[in-house]
Amino acid sequence: MSSKIFAVLVIVIALASAVPIIHHSFLGATVAPPQDISTHGYEIDKQMDETMLEAGLSFLAAQLVLGFFVWQFGGRKDGVLKNFPGGAKYLVLAAVLLVGAEVIALGAMGTKAWAKVYFDKPSADAMPVQVQAGQFAFYFHYPGPDGKFGTIHPEKIDEGSGNYFGLADDDPAAKDDIQSGEFVIPVNREIHLMMHGKDVGHSFYVRELRIQQDFVPGIDLSMHFTATKIGRYEIVCTQLCGLGHYNMKAYLNVMSQEDFDKWLKSQAG
Amino acid sequence: MPEQAVHVHQAPTGFIRKYVFSLDHKIIGLQYYALAFVAVFTGMVLSWLMRIHLVWPNAPIPGLGLLSKTGAPGGIVTPEYYLQLMTMHGTLMVFFVLTNAPFAAFGNYFLPIQIGAEDMAFPRFNMMSFWTTFIAFCVLVSAFFVGDGPPLSGWTAYAPLSAVGGDPGPGQAVGQTLWGLSIFIFCIASLLGSLNFIATTLDLRTKGMTLSRMPIVSWAWFITSCIALLAFAVLLPACLLLILDRVAGTSFFVPSGLNISDHMQPHQGGSPLLWQHLFWFFGHPEVYIAILPAIGIVSHILICNMRKDMLSHKVLVYCMMAIGFLSYMVWGHHMFLSGMNPFSALVFSFPTLVITIPATIMTLIWLGSLYGSNLRINSASLFCLGFISMFVSGGVSGFFLAQPSIDIYLHATYFVVGHFHMVMGVAAIMGVFAGTYFWFPKMTGRMMNETLGKWHFFLTFIGTYAIFMPFHYLGLAGNVRRYSAFTDDYLVPLVPVHKFITFAALFTGAAQLIFIFNLFYSRFKGAPAPANPWECTSLEWSTPSSPPPFDNFGGKHPVVYHDPYQYGVKSSTGDYLMQTSPEQAGQTP
Repeated sequence: MSSKIFAVLVIVIALASAVPIIHHSFLGATVAPPQDISTHGYEIDKQMDETMLEAGLSFLAAQLVLGFFVWQFGGRKDGVLKNFPGGAKYLVLAAVLLVGAEVIALGAMGTKAWAKVYFDKPSADAMPVQVQAGQFAFYFHYPGPDGKFGTIHPEKIDEGSGNYFGLADDDPAAKDDIQSGEFVIPVNREIHLMMHGKDVGHSFYVRELRIQQDFVPGIDLSMHFTATKIGRYEIVCTQLCGLGHYNMKAYLNVMSQEDFDKWLKSQAG
Repeated sequence: MPEQAVHVHQAPTGFIRKYVFSLDHKIIGLQYYALAFVAVFTGMVLSWLMRIHLVWPNAPIPGLGLLSKTGAPGGIVTPEYYLQLMTMHGTLMVFFVLTNAPFAAFGNYFLPIQIGAEDMAFPRFNMMSFWTTFIAFCVLVSAFFVGDGPPLSGWTAYAPLSAVGGDPGPGQAVGQTLWGLSIFIFCIASLLGSLNFIATTLDLRTKGMTLSRMPIVSWAWFITSCIALLAFAVLLPACLLLILDRVAGTSFFVPSGLNISDHMQPHQGGSPLLWQHLFWFFGHPEVYIAILPAIGIVSHILICNMRKDMLSHKVLVYCMMAIGFLSYMVWGHHMFLSGMNPFSALVFSFPTLVITIPATIMTLIWLGSLYGSNLRINSASLFCLGFISMFVSGGVSGFFLAQPSIDIYLHATYFVVGHFHMVMGVAAIMGVFAGTYFWFPKMTGRMMNETLGKWHFFLTFIGTYAIFMPFHYLGLAGNVRRYSAFTDDYLVPLVPVHKFITFAALFTGAAQLIFIFNLFYSRFKGAPAPANPWECTSLEWSTPSSPPPFDNFGGKHPVVYHDPYQYGVKSSTGDYLMQTSPEQAGQTP
C-alpha cells in the first residue's frame, strides 16, 4: 500500500512541478523572467530555455521511472530477482555519453552568452557612468560636458548635502559633474558602467537588463550594456549588506535621447 | 561463528565516564546525534520565525520579545533581527546538523562496528572532538545573548561586512567575533574527528575485512573524512585571519578607503575576495561532506531492503570518490559574479558541470537496481526513496547554476536557496531519518513504530516539496534572497507564493513532532528488537547484543568471509549470508 502511495505521490509531484516549467506563465507572468530589454539578454534567455528543456526532461524521466519501479517492485515478496537489462555497464555508458554531450553542448553555448557580457570590450563611444554602492543606496555619477569624472574622496562623502561621491571643490574635473540617486540613461546607447564600492559588499541587479554584478570594496569593476526599451525598472541589491539590504534599491530610467538631454540639462542647472 | 579471542577491555562503571566524558565511540556517536537533534530543532524554529516575519512582518510573536529586547521589541521581528536569525539558522544547520548528524553521529557509532573494530583508533581524540564541537556550539549560541545579538552577515560571513567590527550594523561587534571563534573551534573538532575516521578505517579493520569488503556506507564515511580533513584545514586559518582582522587590527580581508557608517576604516591592503576564495574552498566540499554520508546510508539501507546488491556498489564508491575529488575544483562557481577574472568562471564552470556525470551514474544505478528487486517498504526504505527523489530535484537545478551565463540572472535568488535546500538540506536529512529508523533497533534494542514512521515520511515528503519547489519559481521571477521584507514593486505580487511556503513550512515542521514522539516513545516503550530485524548482512548486525557491548563484539574479533552484500542467495539463514558466516552461498540467481 505504502509503495503505491509513494509511487503516485512522486509522479503527481513531478508532473505538478513540471507544469510551470513547461508553461512559464502558469502562475501568472510574475513567476518567470520578465521581458528582456538588453542587446545581450537573448543569449542568456536562450541558454536558460535550453537548460530548462534538458534539465526538465531529465527531472521528469528520473521521477517517473522512480515512481514506476516503486509501484511495480515495492512490497513484492519472494519474486524472482532480476537485474536491469545490461547491468551497470550500459547505465554508466549512457550517463557518460548523454550527460557528457549535454555538458559540452551547454558549456560551449553558455560560453558565448558569458563572453557577450564579460569578454567583449565596451565600444569607444559608450557613455561612461559611475555607480557607487553604499549602505543602503546606489548613486550615479555623470562626468558632465568635459567628459572627465572628478576624483572620489571617501572621507569627503556627505550624503546630506548631495556629495555622494565625496568630490572635492578644488577639483577642476569635478566642477561640471552630476551626482544622482536615479540611473537615467538614453535608450539604444551603450553604457559603460564603472562600479565603486563605498563600504561593504553590494551587488547591482536589474532583472530586465539580465545584468548582475557584485561591488567589491577595493576593486573598481565595470560592466557595459545597451537598453533597448524606454521605461522605468528597479535596480536592487543582491549581496547581503546589512539591515537595510531588503530596501536598497534605485530606479533605472531609460529615456529617449531627447528626454535624456533635457534631464542632463536640468541636473546641471 | 568463528572468532578470535582478544584481550577484554573493561567497561567504565561511573556515570561521568560512561555517559558524559565517554571514550566509547557509540556513546560519542549518540552525543553527536543529540547535539545535532538540538541544533536541528533550534534551526527549524528559527526558520519558522523567518517565514512568519516574511509574510506577516508586523505580527508580534509571543515570547520572542524576552529573547531579544532590541531585536524583537514586543515580539515583532526587526529587519536586522531577521538577518540575525537567518545567519544562525544557516550556521547551525550547515555545521552542527549537516556535518554532525550523517557523518559524525552515525559514522562514530557504526564505522568501527562495520569494520569489526572495538573502538575508534584514538578514543581520547574522539571524546575531545565531540566536546570541542559542544564548546563551539555553546559559543555560537551565546551570540544570542550578547549586546546586540548574533551576527547578520549570513553563514558565509562575507568580508568586509564581517571583518570590520560593529560599524556596519547590529550583531557585527561581539556577535560576529563569537561566530568566528565558534567556527574556528568547530574546525579543530572536525579535523580531530576526520583524522580519527581515516586512521580507524585504514588500521582497525578486522581479519578478512579488506577495503573492498567494506560496506558502502563505511566507504562514504571514509571518503567524507578525507574531504573534511582538507576542507576544514582551510577554513581554520581563514577564521583565524577573520578574527585577527576584527580584534588585532590586521587587514587580510579589508581594503583601504572604506567609509562605513561615516567612519573611515583604519584598514588597508586587504582583499574581500580572499575571504570568498578561502571560505568556498571549504564551502563547496562541505556540501559533499553533508551529502556523501547520506548517499552511503541510503545505498546501504536500500540494498538490504531490495534483497539484492546494487547493480554495482563499487561503481557507487568510485562515483563518491570522483565527486570528492572534483569538489575541490569547483569552489569558484559561488563567485561567478564576485569580480574575479571572468575567464576563471569558465574554468570553474566546467568541472561543476562534470560533477553531473557521477551524480547521474549514481541515480541511474539506484533506479536500475530497484528494477527486479523485492523492495521491502518500511520507514527507512521510504526515506531512502524520498532521498533519491530529492537528490534528483535538487540536482537538476544545479545544472542551471553551474553555468555562469545563467547565473547572471539566477545568482542570489530563491532559485539558489531552493537548490541547496533540496539537495544538501532535505536530501541529507532524509538520509539521517532513514539511518535513524534503520539503526534505531541496534542503538537501543527496541523497534520504532512503523505506522508513525510512515506518516512521518509522507507528511515530510509532501511538505518539503511544497516548501522548496516554489522557491525555484520565485527565483525565476528574480526574487532576491536574504530580504527581510518584499517592498520592491516586482516582489509584492510574489507575496502570496511566500504565504503558501510559510504555511507549508509550519505544517512540515509540525509533522516532525511525530518523529520526536516516536523517537522517545520507542526508546522506552518500543517493541523489543530482534538481533537482526532487517535481515541485514553487515557486521553491525553480528554484535552479541543491541546496543552492542562496550567492546562491540564481546571480547572477540569477528572474521569476515564475504563481500558486504550477499543477498538473494540460498543459505541456512534464508536469502542472505552474514559477512561473518563462513558458509558458502548455495546459488545466486
